[in-house]
Amino acid sequence: MKAGSHLERVLEKGMFAVAAEFNPPKGSDISVVKRKAGLLKDYVDAVNVTDNQTAIVRMSSIAASSLLIQMGLEPVMQMTTRDRNRIAIQSDLMGATALGIKNMLCLTGDHQSFGNQVDSKNVHDLDSIQLIDCVRTMRDQGTLLGGIEKIEGEIRLFIGAVENPFADPVEFRAIRLGKKVAAGADFILSQCIYDMNRFKEWMKRVQDRGLHEKCRILAGVSPLNSERIILQCKEKTLPRVPVPEGLIDRITKSQDPDEEGIRVCIEQVKELKEMKGIHGIHLMGVDLEEKVARIVEGAGLLPRPKVE
Amino acid sequence: MEEILRYVNPYNKILLSGCGACVTVCHAGGEKEVELLASGLRMARQKMGKRIEVLEITPARQCEPEFALELAETVEKVEAVVSIACGVGVQTLVRHFPKIPVFPGVNTAFLGETSTHGIWEERCQACGNCLLEKTGGICPVARCAKQLLNGPCGGPSNGKCEINQETDCAWQLIYDRLSSLGQLDKLEEIIPAKRWGIESRDRGPRRMVREDLKV
Repeated sequence: MKAGSHLERVLEKGMFAVAAEFNPPKGSDISVVKRKAGLLKDYVDAVNVTDNQTAIVRMSSIAASSLLIQMGLEPVMQMTTRDRNRIAIQSDLMGATALGIKNMLCLTGDHQSFGNQVDSKNVHDLDSIQLIDCVRTMRDQGTLLGGIEKIEGEIRLFIGAVENPFADPVEFRAIRLGKKVAAGADFILSQCIYDMNRFKEWMKRVQDRGLHEKCRILAGVSPLNSERIILQCKEKTLPRVPVPEGLIDRITKSQDPDEEGIRVCIEQVKELKEMKGIHGIHLMGVDLEEKVARIVEGAGLLPRPKVE
Repeated sequence: MEEILRYVNPYNKILLSGCGACVTVCHAGGEKEVELLASGLRMARQKMGKRIEVLEITPARQCEPEFALELAETVEKVEAVVSIACGVGVQTLVRHFPKIPVFPGVNTAFLGETSTHGIWEERCQACGNCLLEKTGGICPVARCAKQLLNGPCGGPSNGKCEINQETDCAWQLIYDRLSSLGQLDKLEEIIPAKRWGIESRDRGPRRMVREDLKV
């Protein structure tokens, strides 16, 4: 065990893991955290707590993760390199560990021009791969980045990273995943998948490199509704994810697009569960919490395992 | 223009200085631009009912003391100086003329390449620690909005940056270049955390001394 988190135990036992995205409130209102936590508890193994996603200011991922622990959930604390230099990163990792956080996700972060503080300066002292290397150095060597200065106490973190199988240059995507694994990523969350064929092409490249055996890959899924599709098709929103025409038709022409989106999502989860090299799913999306229980139950993933 | 008018609002006689070097080449601050801006200022002030006298000068290279000092005599005759050289040139004047206000007349943007006539594109951020050998000669520090050193973010589509569809994704260019050179194996190498604190601006202003050139 590298960190001894619940997520790590589930994955190490070869069980199919379920994680869900969690957006902290746009303020200090703990009741929002409580309400969402209540909807997710018992349906997921871990909640992926976003770090000012799309550069919109929210309660910090560290604070929200700590609150979730108090509420009996297991967080994956996201950390972007957009807002912190290596001093703040390492300091926050010490603090997060002291608060009982055992999983983290290393990201570059969405560009500030997409958010609500467009005039801010981005940091990117490290990139996401260098961040992974930094966390692994702290955990496995017990030193700060640079490898000399000793850390007081342990930094036990299960290290996650992300990959978008669909972004250009697509041929680079598996290479980049390999770099993340080489830098120390233990698990990977993929960008959300609608185009299963293109995802399979990426997985083929991942398998050719043997990466599915060196890390645990959780496939991203998100229930579509017509509103979301229209937004996606305009390609004005993050993230840039291809949605096949057939799927757009199926959802928009159905009597209840929202329900159809959930049905499609359940079908996708079932397909992904059978795919070689996929070790779990990551449910994504805005205001997703209400739908998580139905998707997890519909896909036959209940009850969630209790592992020691 | 509005900004410059605001700077010179209290004055009735100013010197407008261009520069014969880089800003001439990029049509931002050469002799021609000095002439145009000077007459623009005169007209604008006349319209405001507050005439201004604008003297004009364009030294060959404003950032070199010998040329900057050509302004000394003229500077004596005016109340303020506006320089449409780059930010370096402005500061050369500031250093040599301690008693007179010097204002920037342009917003110096970047170290660019003339990609074609009338188009300039940022290519170098003078980071002090060149990575071009590792990245196929294309700089992700200057050309990636997130300065990513180990590959693209999750955003590019059709080879373009998600922030600006007119901007090529630096990592697409790097990928294509290394691919055509048959050097894709270079992409596998993890570039470690960059030493911003040693060679780059983050250490404070940099200084170069060449003993062999000192007089």
